[in-house]
Amino acid sequence: MGMELHAEKAGCAEMEIAEITDSDLFKLVRHALKSALQGDPDQYEQLLRVMHPDEGVLPDVALLVTCLKALSGSVSCLDIVHHKSLIASILQMSMWNYGTDVMDALMEFNISLAASSGQYVDLCLEMLVSNFMPPDSFISLLNQPPGILQKGQVIDRVHSTLTYIAKLLPLSPLRLERMITERMPHIFTKEPNLVVGTLSSVLCSLLLEVPKFLATFPPPPPPPPSPSVQLILIYVENMLKLESGAIGDLVGRTMLVAIMDKLIDLDVDIAWDDILQEDFTKGIFDMELGDLEWPMDDGQQNGDELQISWMERYFSGNLNAQKLDSLIVLTFEHLNFCKESGRLSQVFHTLLQSFQQTVLMAYKSKFAQFVLFYACSLDPENCGRRFADTLFHKFKSSKYPEWRMSAVAYLASYLARAKFLPISFVAEYVESLLEWCSTYCSNQGGSINPKAHKEFYAGCQAMMYVLCFRMRSMLAIPRIRSRISKHIEDILRHPLSPLVVCLPSIVEEFLRLAKVTHLDVPDNFVSSNLLESELSMAFGGRERLDTFFPFDPCLLMKSDRFIRPNFVYWSMVRSSYDNDDDDDDEGTSDEDDIEICTAGNGINIPIDGAARSYDQDLDEFGNKMSKMSITPKVGQWGELQSGMRMPSSLRPCPDSL
Amino acid sequence: MEALKECRANLVVNLHPSNAKNVETAVYRELSSLLFKFNEALDGVVLTYEPKFSSNLARILPGIHPYFGVRLEAKLLLFNPKPEMLLEGEVVKVGEQSIHIVVLGFSSAVIADEDIREDFKYKIKHGKEVFVSRSNKKHRIKVGTTLRFSVKNFDEEILHICGSLIPDNTGNIQWLETKAEESQAYRFANCEVSIHLFHSITPPHAFSDIAALQKRG
Repeated sequence: MGMELHAEKAGCAEMEIAEITDSDLFKLVRHALKSALQGDPDQYEQLLRVMHPDEGVLPDVALLVTCLKALSGSVSCLDIVHHKSLIASILQMSMWNYGTDVMDALMEFNISLAASSGQYVDLCLEMLVSNFMPPDSFISLLNQPPGILQKGQVIDRVHSTLTYIAKLLPLSPLRLERMITERMPHIFTKEPNLVVGTLSSVLCSLLLEVPKFLATFPPPPPPPPSPSVQLILIYVENMLKLESGAIGDLVGRTMLVAIMDKLIDLDVDIAWDDILQEDFTKGIFDMELGDLEWPMDDGQQNGDELQISWMERYFSGNLNAQKLDSLIVLTFEHLNFCKESGRLSQVFHTLLQSFQQTVLMAYKSKFAQFVLFYACSLDPENCGRRFADTLFHKFKSSKYPEWRMSAVAYLASYLARAKFLPISFVAEYVESLLEWCSTYCSNQGGSINPKAHKEFYAGCQAMMYVLCFRMRSMLAIPRIRSRISKHIEDILRHPLSPLVVCLPSIVEEFLRLAKVTHLDVPDNFVSSNLLESELSMAFGGRERLDTFFPFDPCLLMKSDRFIRPNFVYWSMVRSSYDNDDDDDDEGTSDEDDIEICTAGNGINIPIDGAARSYDQDLDEFGNKMSKMSITPKVGQWGELQSGMRMPSSLRPCPDSL
Repeated sequence: MEALKECRANLVVNLHPSNAKNVETAVYRELSSLLFKFNEALDGVVLTYEPKFSSNLARILPGIHPYFGVRLEAKLLLFNPKPEMLLEGEVVKVGEQSIHIVVLGFSSAVIADEDIREDFKYKIKHGKEVFVSRSNKKHRIKVGTTLRFSVKNFDEEILHICGSLIPDNTGNIQWLETKAEESQAYRFANCEVSIHLFHSITPPHAFSDIAALQKRG
């Protein structure tokens, strides 16, 4: 490492040496450090100025690299008290602001310092963790080619340094994982003050205000995510890289659990009340009212456009929804990577544990659970079964009724919506639910008591909900049909009267479908024509677990693109039953080819999301949004009057969005 | 290794009432929390534990949550290096200014250049960094070497050791043991010579006479 120093560039009188060797340089630096300890700070201050030049003076890169390398060899001479300013000035340097030479020298210094003494370990790890995120001034460059290149260079170096430090200091990952979780950006982190960011947002808002005639031109590219979204994204990207990296076995579990915790934090921060207040929900709700016509003025957008504009408006305004959506997508991509590298089962084990401790316990989580759903879709035979087994086990054996009800709500929603599950698999769990309910009935007497038998009613409702989605496919297999028929009538006719207590909307749809598929169920049940009853509210409790369907269509736009190909929408199921009705009443309809039920292979619904454009996806997303609820036909069931508007959602609140 | 010691400790583990159904698991979980941390009361880093439950009774503590204290005796293996102790570990990095070692797979140690005796010279051989003894070129320290070094100080929070290669009985263990065997063999050889000399001086029958006398006695 011989290096020529130019005196005018160096700016240091004592360093005006034409050519110096490594050992000379080490001696110089060591002398400067030792002199400072003995009360002669001149050379030390010159060294300090190299690391931390005055404002307006650009650092001399060659001199900086040389001094950093010399300091790396002299760490044993550093004193944490006397050389505090020098150590601080180096450890506060952001790698994002320098080229690769300085980055390498910084990392070399970091490793030497961390391994030299225990008192520097935390400082060095903190420096590396702080480099997970760029400084505020760099955020606007993150989506440009030079920024992307710089990001790769920084992150690669940071992670290789962390791995090397873990090799030298085997207990350092323990400190690192604690540090990473503590420094993770908070959900209420304020937006960094960026000049460029502000300008770009002003430009974006101006673009949105352009006159209508400009809409004929190609639309402008979507604005970049807000700075705080970008910061948390890059931080989590680093956490996931650690999870799959060389020290993943040591810190990976903590990283995944911390990410799931963050997802649930963001999830619970998005209240349904926010969505309820939007006009859009009224629109979609009205559109689901059977055959009612959508009141549209001449100048009004049609329903789909309204939904899309609502989604855009909602998500552009809700920072935490944007963060959550982006983080879930990042996690999905990581799960894909884990599958390719054969680590999905191991990662899923951690996710499942985290799910049981946080998501399952959270009050009506809305989005975080889709991480598990997607992982199951990648490996239905292993992950998919483990998920269902865990939920069923929780339902059977948890301590508290609320946990059991929550678990069975997840199980029902999962079995109903997961397109990747074979019908035999779904039938297996429906049979298990039936057996559980049947055993409960045989052990219990008495009459209706929603509060005392809430688990039983939750189990019955779950079973009926799954059958609403899967009945036709399941009953097509004689073996499954006979098993279901064996128990179901006894349960439904039991004095506990599940048909009276469970959500009327589900009960009605179940009975309607049972009639269509000729399943033996009580045929003298009188519909209450209500979306929910006092009895269902009573068994749902204050938490309203009777109306909790966790895997209803995902509202997050980016995440939905991953979920949609593996998802059963109600419109796909309903159309087939509608066809049956139409066949009976009017003959065939033009929706005959929407659903093909194949025994043993699940519901075969032709959707190819991967090959579509974003706009097509968005359009379809909007269409699916409007067709996900069960809408009993007027006059077909019960006493629906022709002029009566019956809210037909399976979920009576806008949860069914 | 000098820094390892085994001790028996009488412990009281206070458990939350929710653990009453599975006390043993809860005790193991509490003991696990001691691992790889310096404990002042025990004066060392706990490496292993083996609890022994002598009673199924526990004392309930007064308070809002009735925690209960389980008494047990635990056999613990502790690690507590003191200055001047000799430790052994694997070299993981060699540089001109320092040698880095990992002891027992968890504790890191560093030997700075001023703590490496003059006998060792830093060299780069075949692209690999190595310290070679000037007095015996077979005595080398490189990555992967099992090294014996003396303790200068021990950071109890980070479990980081500063070591030294100044004492003569430190260095590459393989070389030190070979040297010890050679010197022992040399001593044996000298001893055999002296026995032969003794045999030659004392006639063989003298021994049998002594044995006969002992039997009679």
